[in-house]
Amino acid sequence: MKIYKLLKFFLTGILFGVILGKAEVISWYRIYEMFSFESFHMYGVIGSACTVGIVGVLIMKAFNVHGLNGKPISFKPKKFSVPRYLIGGTIFGLGWALTGACPGPLFILVGYGYFSIIIVIIGALLGTFLYGILRKRLPH
Amino acid sequence: MPTFITDPWPWYIAGPAIALVMFLLIFFGKTFGVSDNLRTMCTIMGAERYSKFFKLNWKNKIWNLVFTVGAVIGGFISVRFLSNNQEVALNSKTVSRLESMGFEAVGQSYAPSELFSTEVATSFLGILFLLFGGVLVGFGTRYAGGCTSGHAISGISNLQTSSLMAVVGFFLGGLIMVHLIFPSLLPFWNNI
Repeated sequence: MKIYKLLKFFLTGILFGVILGKAEVISWYRIYEMFSFESFHMYGVIGSACTVGIVGVLIMKAFNVHGLNGKPISFKPKKFSVPRYLIGGTIFGLGWALTGACPGPLFILVGYGYFSIIIVIIGALLGTFLYGILRKRLPH
Repeated sequence: MPTFITDPWPWYIAGPAIALVMFLLIFFGKTFGVSDNLRTMCTIMGAERYSKFFKLNWKNKIWNLVFTVGAVIGGFISVRFLSNNQEVALNSKTVSRLESMGFEAVGQSYAPSELFSTEVATSFLGILFLLFGGVLVGFGTRYAGGCTSGHAISGISNLQTSSLMAVVGFFLGGLIMVHLIFPSLLPFWNNI
């Protein structure tokens, strides 16, 4: 992929980092507060993102919107399974609440200057590697 | 810089703005999902030798790595140029509970120094805690096939039942951690 074609992803990434940073979504405290049901903030962020997302995706499908590459935009639905999403999701939830960060915020926090988070990222890479090795023995 | 930029952004700005990021990526022909980068990084570091799961053409994923580098820079721009401080206006109940657990300066920065200070990151137990938390995040997201961006935002926006199931799991895990496990980990913090 040419460098200039990658620029738009770089800029979108910057936008993502600024939004999540300014909205305190990357704050450990906000995640703790969310799981304590003591603030509407995080529910508002996720809820309004999903609401706008659902409406936008419906509109894109209804009007058969084409992407930059000229092809109609496509969505690849994931194969349905209960254990995979429920068990995997729960394990991730444990980590999300403990470290106060999901994968996006992990990287944004490094930009914020929280360098101890780099150890969490190394852990996340180890966890991903572990899943790759154990995958066939896990219920999916 | 005007105060509406330097003040924390409200949820009704942030939520739709996150949806905009997702729309942009869809428009560029890609799917919004940050945790996929962790898999790509494993592949680049040679994980393919140990599992076929990492056998993929990572050159097709460079866009997402570039997006992630952008997110790091975005974080830097946000804290350096668009903010006056990192104070988080938390619920007073949350603050007093954390204080009763021994946390100090609650909400004065984005992350408590009790968990993320350089001292923690250079102590044996501290490194163990940070690594363990990361392993849960990495293992869980890959097992579930996505994280908050891929499932909670992208998947729900596309009305996928599998993503709804994953989000139920995210919250189940989060509630178990905050209400059952975290309070009993307190003696552990005092040793760091």
